[in-house]
Amino acid sequence: MSDSTSGQASSAGRSGPNRSFFSQLELDLRLLGMIGAFLLICILFNIMTGGQFLTPRNLFNLTIQTVSVAIMATGMVFIIVTRHIDLAVGSLLATCSAVMAMMQTAWLPDILGIPLGSPWLAILAIIFGILVGGIIGGFQGYLVGFLGIPAFIVTLGGLLVWRNVAWYLTNGQTIGPLNETFQLFGGINGTLGASSSWIVGLIAAAAAVLALVSGRRSKLRHDFPVKPIWAEFVVGGIFVAAILGFIAILNAYEVPSRVLERQFEARGETVPEGFTASYGLPISVLLLIAVAIVMTVVARKTRFGRYIFATGGNPDAAELSGINTRMLTVKVFALMGVLVAIAGLVASSRLTFHSNDIGTLDELRVIAAAVIGGTALAGGVGTIYGAILGALIMQSLQSGMAMVGVDAPLQNIVVGSVLVAAVLIDIIYRRRVEG
Amino acid sequence: MAETKQKIDRSGTPLVAMKNISIAFGGVQAVDDVSIDVYPGEVVGLLGHNGAGKSTLIKILAGAYRMDSGEIWINGEKADIRSPAGARDYNIETIYQTLALADNLDASANLFLGREITTSLGLVDDSAMEAETRKIMHRLNPNFKKFSVPVSALSGGQRQSVAIARAVYFDAKIVIMDEPTAALGVHETEMVAEIIKELKAQGLGIVLISHDTREMMALCDRVSVMKNGALVGTEHVEDVTEDDILSMIILGKNPKREAA
Ligand SMILES: Nc1ncnc2c1ncn2[C@@H]1O[C@H](COP(=O)(O)OP(=O)(O)OP(=O)(O)O)[C@@H](O)[C@H]1O
Ligand SMILES: [Mg+2]
Repeated sequence: MSDSTSGQASSAGRSGPNRSFFSQLELDLRLLGMIGAFLLICILFNIMTGGQFLTPRNLFNLTIQTVSVAIMATGMVFIIVTRHIDLAVGSLLATCSAVMAMMQTAWLPDILGIPLGSPWLAILAIIFGILVGGIIGGFQGYLVGFLGIPAFIVTLGGLLVWRNVAWYLTNGQTIGPLNETFQLFGGINGTLGASSSWIVGLIAAAAAVLALVSGRRSKLRHDFPVKPIWAEFVVGGIFVAAILGFIAILNAYEVPSRVLERQFEARGETVPEGFTASYGLPISVLLLIAVAIVMTVVARKTRFGRYIFATGGNPDAAELSGINTRMLTVKVFALMGVLVAIAGLVASSRLTFHSNDIGTLDELRVIAAAVIGGTALAGGVGTIYGAILGALIMQSLQSGMAMVGVDAPLQNIVVGSVLVAAVLIDIIYRRRVEG
Repeated sequence: MAETKQKIDRSGTPLVAMKNISIAFGGVQAVDDVSIDVYPGEVVGLLGHNGAGKSTLIKILAGAYRMDSGEIWINGEKADIRSPAGARDYNIETIYQTLALADNLDASANLFLGREITTSLGLVDDSAMEAETRKIMHRLNPNFKKFSVPVSALSGGQRQSVAIARAVYFDAKIVIMDEPTAALGVHETEMVAEIIKELKAQGLGIVLISHDTREMMALCDRVSVMKNGALVGTEHVEDVTEDDILSMIILGKNPKREAA
């Protein structure tokens, strides 16, 4: 049995007895490094805060705080892979957030007469906000791709323009409270509860296993080398454990009793003896997972994604292969705009209102997340999961410093330095790997 | 030299005819009123100094540049080539001097770039493409094993074979090769020569650019020499010697014709 599998593998010439345990797993070294860095940060802050960092409550908050930047970071991967940059995401987020806030609190109720509190307000506001994000993003992409203005300049201008367009839309006012349906996407006000979270977790775990199985099948069908079967089991086990562990942590965060009392009171009931409830998986996190899956499929399995990476690797070769790189630029920036709008939805609904300074400095966080996650500024290289992990690392640094009581200015100094250091580490890493 | 060369039938319409092509970049007249044609089964060589305009001329045929004036006729019909994709629609395939590979992608992604095999869901089918790539590489370069690494990790010759595979995989009728052997060792150069002969036997038309006059005499049926963007002349290889070609390149004229 085991002989036949190992014989097959070595005849394919990929695995020999002298290959190490880790190389047989075929895990990404860089990914392991990032996970290691993340764990290190967590453990360090946990010690410094006397065990306050690694609590279900804090991990829950860390997760929902990461979502908005993480969603944008997935789009920034494509931007940077095609050798561009987008400095306007934070400001565009403010414009999209302002549009969505004004839609649901003023424009739709005033013009269409939709009553406040109607779920339609949220739905229409979200659709319109995403449309606005996509169009503005596409417009910036047009300036870059067709008119040849460097993305750095277009989006540096955009940084100023969209921040102040947002100001004009709201007259500089804070707009809120936002529609209740809208607020479901913010985090704590929209969670699945314990049992639904477990169901989602189990479905995700099953999907991960299925993906591994079908990947192996497809390789075997074409007689390509595959990793040993035990390695598949180890990798599958890690996936399943990570997914279910994540759900367990989120479910361990219970709704505080005074919040429960208020909820029951609103329905004219009292909390039964010994009743507890978990928040579970936030809808915003579900949204991030959906974005991550879609973006990963786009990156790896669609022509559009293939052309993004080809263009980043060698723009001339892409063009000579018949790829319309100008239109590609428009599409990539439009996609970024759509993701910024979705991030604006999450960010404003987490706050429960639109504020003037929403998204400020997000461009820095988003670019840092993508770069820490392994997106090469030279173009052509980057992963979606890396960017999300990068966002998580940035957010845990910032939250941790806040919990430890580091001054806000010093926090920013650290974040800025980490960005520069991450690029340096990236350069050194690439030199070693690529020789 | 011209020992056992098959006679090319030039009585019909040429596979491709470029007529009076001109293009300028700023003040530089890179190609100046050049005409060449290629018949089925024929290899036409382009020779000339660095900067003579060879690559520019073939890039017009490949759709990478738009000519300022001139006409391209394919199979007796006037063709309108506006883009690299447009050239491919006429079954023109090109191996560029720069190879034009996306370094960060693997061999099969490069081979199928712009023409990916997709599944019924419209997603790219990497396994199918890799399987096809393995097949064609097995034919072109049996030693090629590096299918799952970015082409940046390949040697010059291996990269070249990827570029060649891309040009011959898609049922080309006209293949343009801009210095296909420049980066190759003796053995690999021989391999390219074999491929050219095979394509020729299949009735394809080939435009070959090289600085190696001897190689050109051996592989081509006719050679066209360019100098400073203009065409010096086109000769059947059996009518000229290597020295004649060299003086056409260097002096810009054919001593035999001058004498006649
Ligand atoms: N994109 C471009 N922009 C401006 N000038 C160009 C461009 N492409 C080519 N040229 C000019 O056109 C002329 C012909 O160049 P081309 O590349 O066709 O030469 P070549 O015969 O292929 O030379 P080599 O043997 O070195 O490859 C040169 O003077 C070159 O500088
Ligand atoms: Mg050239």
